[in-house]
Amino acid sequence: MDVRSRNNVTVTGNADGPVVMLAHGFGCDQTMWRLVVPALAETCRVVLFDHVGAGKSDLYAWSERRYSTLDGYTRDVLDICHELELRDVVFVGHSVSAMVGVLAAVAEPATFAKLVLVTPSPRYIDDGDYRGGFSAADIDELLDSLESNYLGWSAVMAPAIMGNPDRPELGEELTNSFCRTDPEVARVFARTTFLSDNRADLDRVTVPTLVLECSHDVIAPPEVGAFVHARIPGSTLVTLDATGHCPQLSAPEATAAAIASFVADLR
Amino acid sequence: MCGSEPDHDRELFSALLEDSAEDLYENAPCGYLSTMLDGHIAKVNGTLLRWLGYEREQLVGRLRFADLLSVGGKLYHETHFAPLLRMQGHVGGVALEMVAADGTRLPVLVHSTVKTGGDDQPLLIRTTVFDASDRRAYERELLRARQVAERERDEIRRLATTLQRTLLPPVLPAVPGLETATHYHHASPFEVGGDFYDLFPLADGRWALFLGDVCGKGANAAAVTSLTRYTLRSAAVYDPDPATVLTNLNTVLNQEQNGGHSRFCTVTFGVLAVEPDRCTLTLAAGGHPPGLLLRADGTAEYVEMPGGQLIGILPDARVVTTTVHLSPGDTFVLYTDGLTEARTGRDTRYSEEDLLEFAATLPPVSASGAVSALVGLLDRLGKGVEDDTAVLAIGVPAR
Repeated sequence: MDVRSRNNVTVTGNADGPVVMLAHGFGCDQTMWRLVVPALAETCRVVLFDHVGAGKSDLYAWSERRYSTLDGYTRDVLDICHELELRDVVFVGHSVSAMVGVLAAVAEPATFAKLVLVTPSPRYIDDGDYRGGFSAADIDELLDSLESNYLGWSAVMAPAIMGNPDRPELGEELTNSFCRTDPEVARVFARTTFLSDNRADLDRVTVPTLVLECSHDVIAPPEVGAFVHARIPGSTLVTLDATGHCPQLSAPEATAAAIASFVADLR
Repeated sequence: MCGSEPDHDRELFSALLEDSAEDLYENAPCGYLSTMLDGHIAKVNGTLLRWLGYEREQLVGRLRFADLLSVGGKLYHETHFAPLLRMQGHVGGVALEMVAADGTRLPVLVHSTVKTGGDDQPLLIRTTVFDASDRRAYERELLRARQVAERERDEIRRLATTLQRTLLPPVLPAVPGLETATHYHHASPFEVGGDFYDLFPLADGRWALFLGDVCGKGANAAAVTSLTRYTLRSAAVYDPDPATVLTNLNTVLNQEQNGGHSRFCTVTFGVLAVEPDRCTLTLAAGGHPPGLLLRADGTAEYVEMPGGQLIGILPDARVVTTTVHLSPGDTFVLYTDGLTEARTGRDTRYSEEDLLEFAATLPPVSASGAVSALVGLLDRLGKGVEDDTAVLAIGVPAR
C-alpha cells in the first residue's frame, strides 16, 4: 500500500523549515487548512493529508474494522511520518484529529516535537462531573440520523454532476465536494469520533502542547478546552475570539499566527 | 377569445406587480433567514416564524441559526455546513431538521449564500428554508425498501452457503496409508459455484476420488453439480474403471440437455490402490486442467492428459487415462481453473506456467502443506480469483 496516495499526502512550503503536519477532523478534508497554509508555508515544511475515507484518499483502503477506532487513524499518521521520514514533527490536529495527535505522540514521542490541539475534545458526552457538552441521547440522535442517511446532502448533488455529463469531476469540484463523504464512511467516522473517550490519554502526553480553542464553540465548549489544558502537563491554552468549531476558517490569521509562534518557540 | 380585453388583462397584471416586496418576503412559500457571520439571526420572514411557532422578538438578535437545529443538525452545521459556506460562499440542498418552539421537528432543505460588500468582504448570510416533510417521508420509504432488500440479500447469502455445503463432502474419510487435504474458495457469497470434489471407498478395498468444475454458476450450475456428483458415485459402484465412469457421466449429462441450458463439466476421476509405502492412481480426465505431481525428490511436474473432451457436450466424449505411482513423500494435487485463470492485471491472468513455477518451490511437501501453500497463493491473488476454486491433494506420508 502506497501511503502517499492512500492518504493523499501533499507537502508544501519551506523544505528546510520545521515540519508542521496538519490533520483535518470529522467532516471535510485537508482543504480545511487552505486559509492557514500560505502563512505557515513561509517558514515551515507543511505536510497535509486526507484521512482514509475523506477527500481524495484511497477509498479502497477504507475498512470498517480499521477505522472504527482512533487507533486506525493514529497508525496512518505514524505511517505517513515513517514513509516521509519526518522527525521533530509539530502535529496540528483539528477536532477529532487532536486526539489522534495525542495517541500518536503517546505511541511515538520521539517522532513528535510538539502538539497543537485545535478545538479538541477528549470526550463529547457528559459523564458524571465531566461536561463534554452533549448528552448520550444527543449523540445517539446524531448517529441515528446519519444511520438513516437523511442528514446531509440531498440529491441536489446529482444534477450538479449531470449538468456536466462529459466532465463529471467538474460538477463535483464545484459543489460541496470537499465535505462530501460516502455515507457509510461518515457513519463509522461519526461513531468513532463522538463515542471516543481519550481523557485517560491526556496526561501521558510528554511533548509541549498548545491547546487552541474558540470563544464560542458548541462542539468543544470552554469547559472542555480547560479540561484538556489542565490534564496535559505543561500545556498552553490560547482562546481565539472566534465563533464555531473551525477557527482555521473563521479566524485564519489568528489561527496561523498562534501555530507559527508556537512552532517558532521550538528553536 | 384571447386578447379581446387587453386593457383589462394589463390592469390585472399590474395589480399583481404591485404585490409589495415586503409581502413577497414575509409570506413567501419558503422560509427566509438572514444571519450575521457569527450565526446570530438578524432577519426572519413570517413564513418561517409560522412554521416554527416563534415570535420575531424571540429569534432576532437572540438566537443563532444553529440554535434552531436538532443536535444532529447542529453538529452537521459545525462540521460541514459552516466550513463549506466559508470556503464556497454558498451551500445548497442540505437536509436538516429544525426544532419548533413546541419541540416538534420540521425536516427542511436549506440553501445559504454569503452576501458580500463592495470590497468582497462577507457581510451576512442569507438562507432559504424549504419544508421537506413529504420528501423526508418518501426518503424513509426508500430507506425501508433498502433495508428489506438488504435482508433478502442476507437470506440469499445464507441459502447459497447452505446449498454449496450440500454439494461438497463435509469431511473426507480417512484413507489408511494416505494423507488427504482439500480447500474450497468461494468467489462470491451470493452464488453457488459449480466446483466439486469427493473421495470415497470402493467395494474392492480401493478408493475413488474426483474433482471437477461445472460450467456456469447459480442454481442451474448447482443442479448439474448435484447430478454430476451423485452420478459419479453411483457409476463407480457398478464399474469403477475411471474411463467407464466418465463415459457414463457423459451419457447422463447428454440426456439431461434440455431447456437450452448447457450441462457440461470438466472433471478428473481417479481410482486409488493403496499398498504399503506406495499408491497407484489410475486417472481419467475430460477437459480438466492437468494435476500436479510434487515428488519427494523436490521436483514438480504436470500429469498431462491431452485430448480429453468436456463431459456432457458430445454424445461420445473422448476420455483419456493415465496411471501415476506415488511413493513416500510424493503428493498429487487436483485443482480447478479458478486458480489458473485468476486475473493478475488488467489484461493478464495467472497461468498453468505460473502455477508450475510456484509448485516447483514446494516439494518435498505433504498434502496439507501443498493445500495450505495454494490457499496462501489464492489469498495473494485476492480479488483476481474471479471464479470458485477447488483443491484436492493426496500424498503418501514420507518415511
